[in-house]
This record gives sequence, structure tokens and C-alpha cells, in this order.
Amino acid sequence: MAKQKFNVIKSTCIPVAIDNCNTDLIIPARYLASTTRDPKFFGDAFMHDLRYDADGKPVAGFVMNQPEFSEAPHEGCHEIIVGGQNWGSGSSREHAAWAIAGYGIRVVISSSFADIHRNNLLNCFVLPVVVSREFQQELFDSIAKNPQTIVTVDVPNQTVTNEATGHSEKFEINSYKKHCLVNALDDIDYLLSVQDKTEAFEKTAKKW
Amino acid sequence: MGKTLFDKIWDSHVVQVIPDGPTQLYIDRLYAHEVTSPQAFDTLRDKGIKVFRPEQVVAMPDHNTPSDQQEVINDPIGRKQVETLARNCAEFGIRHFAMGTKDNGIIHVVGPEKGLSLPGMTIVCGDSHTSTHGAVGALAMGIGTSEVAEVLASQCILQSKPKTMRINIEGELQKGVVAKDIALYIMAKMTTSGATGYAVEYAGSTIRNLSMEGRLTLSNLSIEMGSRAGIIAPDETTFAYLKGREYAPKGAEWDKAVAFWRTLKSDDDAVFDKEITYRAEDIKPRITYGTNPGAGIAIDETVPVLDGMSEAEKAQLTVQLNYMQFKPGQKLEGTPVDYCFLGACTNGRIEDFRAFASVVKGKKKSPNVVAWLVPGSWLVRQQIIDEGIDKILEEAGFELRLPSCSSCLAMNPDKVPAGKLAISTSNRNFVGRQGPGARTVLASPLVVAASAITGVITDPRKL
Repeated sequence: MAKQKFNVIKSTCIPVAIDNCNTDLIIPARYLASTTRDPKFFGDAFMHDLRYDADGKPVAGFVMNQPEFSEAPHEGCHEIIVGGQNWGSGSSREHAAWAIAGYGIRVVISSSFADIHRNNLLNCFVLPVVVSREFQQELFDSIAKNPQTIVTVDVPNQTVTNEATGHSEKFEINSYKKHCLVNALDDIDYLLSVQDKTEAFEKTAKKW
Repeated sequence: MGKTLFDKIWDSHVVQVIPDGPTQLYIDRLYAHEVTSPQAFDTLRDKGIKVFRPEQVVAMPDHNTPSDQQEVINDPIGRKQVETLARNCAEFGIRHFAMGTKDNGIIHVVGPEKGLSLPGMTIVCGDSHTSTHGAVGALAMGIGTSEVAEVLASQCILQSKPKTMRINIEGELQKGVVAKDIALYIMAKMTTSGATGYAVEYAGSTIRNLSMEGRLTLSNLSIEMGSRAGIIAPDETTFAYLKGREYAPKGAEWDKAVAFWRTLKSDDDAVFDKEITYRAEDIKPRITYGTNPGAGIAIDETVPVLDGMSEAEKAQLTVQLNYMQFKPGQKLEGTPVDYCFLGACTNGRIEDFRAFASVVKGKKKSPNVVAWLVPGSWLVRQQIIDEGIDKILEEAGFELRLPSCSSCLAMNPDKVPAGKLAISTSNRNFVGRQGPGARTVLASPLVVAASAITGVITDPRKL
């Protein structure tokens, strides 16, 4: 997945108000039988069975097919998903994070994330932002009133702001991961750089 | 203050703690399957690096494997994925249990039964049901494909330390109640996110009395309440199960290992971030009514009613019931089923087939259901045959299939058609999980067996 540096993201949002939105919903299993890393392949599969019916026709009632939310993400537009609680539960498939990233999303905001999916998002350079239930609900309300509502996610300062109300919250991210996001660095390169530590550990580790 | 079992395993695998960052955790065993590994191997190729500790990695295809024949995978995309795994393993020097060979099966069935998963180990796999291996007293967690690449490259992952939770089950299980019912009961109490952020240890007299197969079922389902790990302290049951297994230590090594494994338990004064106790007597045979594993009831209860729920709860339940074609307040016992599935990493072990056979022995399968009975590995399949269980199944009108993930997820030919109702021993009843539009009720092997005989959702205690 493309590594983009994170600074301040200011964008309209796609509200996906589904609690326990599991990774089977984010990307159905049949898209897992792939060996590609093509972002478009996964982006097209994002939320596929909610977006399209069995005949491949768009499901009119689904939020991503509504005119105010159907525009493909680009700078300032639909780069943020506001999701329901327990976002990304179920399967560990990183394909779900690839689908989100491939569609063009840079930030997912929710009141809670499943642990594995949250790590997967970070490893795909999509920022999971945990907010309070109240803030999450206020975002849904603001977007319902005005789909053009702007949300600002300031990574260096770790704040998220609902520009419709001016309300702001701090969000957590450890300084290691923040450094990675701001500088577009990934964990594997870090782990390769500390291989001497790993080898030293192996020498002292007790088997039984 | 004493240490929890989780702390003991975690602490002994810390390479370093990054200041205000995650822990670099050493991984003893990486399992890889065909679905979540191809892009990880590509990452290694991109970087021009080798697998750091290939002898600690074991790979096998299971998701795409057909259960009717294993000569060929007819779906070209699935076939390519299985072939890619074989090629990657050859290129990077990784042990590979190929489809159709006696070593193959579902990773989470094969790992413990071959003695590749041992107490005290850290175990990861690009699969959320890696929690299964916690039943042998290991810290086993599901990871994503980027992390698979990290482990291939460095034998380490970067993880933030989870909080600890102990779930105690005390007392004696009622007749007809098995490990799957315990798990479905806990999930209904905890919800699907109740243990998110925690590593769970299962303890208590009921757990101590569970067989190894039952423990593997329970640990398998930990992720369905959000916990990445479900650990059970190793004891005589664990040692008896592991002794003599192909890759388990032998001779003097075995004695040294067991002496160490006996220390792998939570200290008496260990404090957990959260501790919960349930009574075994309160657990009945369970079924699910909704589209997450936490949406479950005892088999003789009715689907919840909307009265007294918040608007948001009503909306969530209504969406689930509309998909399942169930009604609030409906009794599900007696509802006709179209498909019955015994298998998956949840219930594809010998004890599950024994349980199923005990119910169907001397009876006949309902002509109205399609039944898929799929062993979790070739070893399990051989044991079924050795014990003569295949004959009991055959006489009752069932066919024993070949090892595969099968109908647990729609990635091989065993797909449940849209609108059809399946009663399954698998782990997830998500929308479309067993096939687009398929409806899933989760249950134990006993409930699935009873339902396969009558053609309707049936309490095995009443059959």
C-alpha cells in the first residue's frame, strides 16, 4: 500500500453507521483468493456486498451510493470514514485495510476498533482515530445535517475536530507510531534495523 | 505481586520495549496459509531479503482446499493461491504441508496435533483463529499480512501489551452441554467486543475438566469476543495430549520441557485487570439467532423482543433478524434447516466427530438437509476411520469428506446458497460468511447432529 506522510487532514466524511462492522463486511471472503497488491482491486471490493446487489447493481439505500457520499475520495473529499463502534471485528484479513486504503480512505474514526484490524490499518497507513461515543454521535449528527461537514485530523497535535460544531478531542497514538506515520516509515524496516538485538535475545532465551 | 500466565510468556519473549512505543516481541512459531501470506512473501522479494528463521515457520493451504476431492482446485484464482504458497515455501525454504498429503489440514487443527504448538510458546498466524493454540498454554495471536512479513523477515512483531482478563468457569456441565456451548454462552454475556484490548485466560474447575479438544474449541472462539488470545494453563491433560506427538520433544528433552511447563500458570497472588466467573450449571445447549456470534440464546429460549431496547439497539437487532428471516420473540427450536456443517478449526477434531456419531448412531439423516462432515485434518480423518466412526456415519446416511476449512467461509466449493439456513459448528454467523445471502446458526456438534436427523433445529437432549 502507498505510504503517505501524515500531517493535517481536512476532509468531508463518509458516515458508515454500522456497529460491529466486521471485516467480512468490509471485504467479502471471495476477494481474498488473490495474490495481487493492486489497490484498485481491493478498493473496488470495499464494502462490495453492501454497495452492490447480487446482480452487481448499486444498492440505492446504502450510504456510499447516495449522491452526497458517492464521490470517490480525493484531497479534502471523503478521505475520512466515521464508523460505528467495534469497527473491524472478526477476521484478521489485512485485505480489509487494503480495501479501505485502496478506496482512498486515510482516516477511520470510531469509538472502538477491533485489535487486529486497528494494527492492520496502521500498517497500511490508514489512521484509526478513537473518539468518545458522544463525539462519534455528534459527528454522525453533523454529517446528517450537512454532508459537507469538514473534519480535521491533526496528527502532530493528536486532535480531531468537528468543524461544524468546533468541538475537538485528543486522540491517542504512541510516539513511535506517530513518528512512523509522519515520516512514512514502516515496522518491517525498523525490525530489520534492530536484528542485532533479536540475535542477542535468541542467544539468551531459555527454551525449557 | 505475582505474575499472570500471560505475563510470564510475554515477559520471556520481550526483545525490547521501544520508549513510548510498542514492545518488540520474539515469535517462536509462525504458521502461514495461502490466503494471508502471498503479499508478505512479495514484500520480502521487494526488499531482497530471506526468511530470517525458516525452521520456525510452518505453512499449509486450508481455506481454498476442496472437501469433495483434492486432485485439483477448479477455481483458477483459488488454485493460483495454493500454488503460490507451495512455490513461496520452496523458494524461501519453509516446511510445507501440501494439499492432499497426510500432513495437511486446517492449521489450527494440525499445529497442536503435531506437537508444533507447545506450552510457553509465542505463536502467530495471519488468521484471527490463531487464538486456538492458546489451549496448549501458548500465547497465540492472529496478525495481519504486514505482520506476517515482519515475522518472516525478523521473527519479531511490534505489539502493545494488552490488558489481562481471567474468565473462570466453575462447576459441572449439564448433559448435552459441551465446550462450544460454553464459548457461545460467554460470547452472549460478553458481546463481540467485550474482551477487545485484553488477553484472556480461561480457568476454573470446568476448564480443568475439559478435554484438550474442548479447550481448543474454547480458545478458538476467544477472538469472537474481541480477545486476540485465549490461554489455558497447561496441566496433565495438556501433557498427555502432547506426549509422543510428531514434533513434541522426546526422551530427556520431554522431561525437561514438562518440568518447565508445570511453572506456566498464573501465580496465586496474580492480579488481572478484569476477572469474571460463570457457573457451568447455568449453561444449556446454545444457538445463535443473529449475524454476530454474540447474538445467541439457549436452544429452548426465544429470540429477544424489541420492548425495552434503545432505538439504536432496536435498529441493530431488526437488521440482523431481517437478514436471518427470524422474528422477535420467535422460538427457533423446530425451525427447518437446509444445511448442516460439522467441521472448521472450531469443531473439526476427533471428539467432535465422536459426539456427532453418538447422536446419529442408529438413526437416519433427514432427506431435507445437505450435510457436510469435514474433518479438520488428515490425522483426524484417519482416527475417524480407525475408530469405525465413518461406518456409523455412513449407516446413518452421512458422507465423510476430506480435510478443509470447507463451509466455514465461502472460499471453496462448499458454499451455502443464498437464503438457505445452515446450522454450523463453525465460528462465525456473519452476513454472507458461508456464501452470499447464506443464513447461519452456530451450534455445537451435538445440536448440529440432532438437527441433521430431524431436519429442524433440535435440542439433542430431547432426541
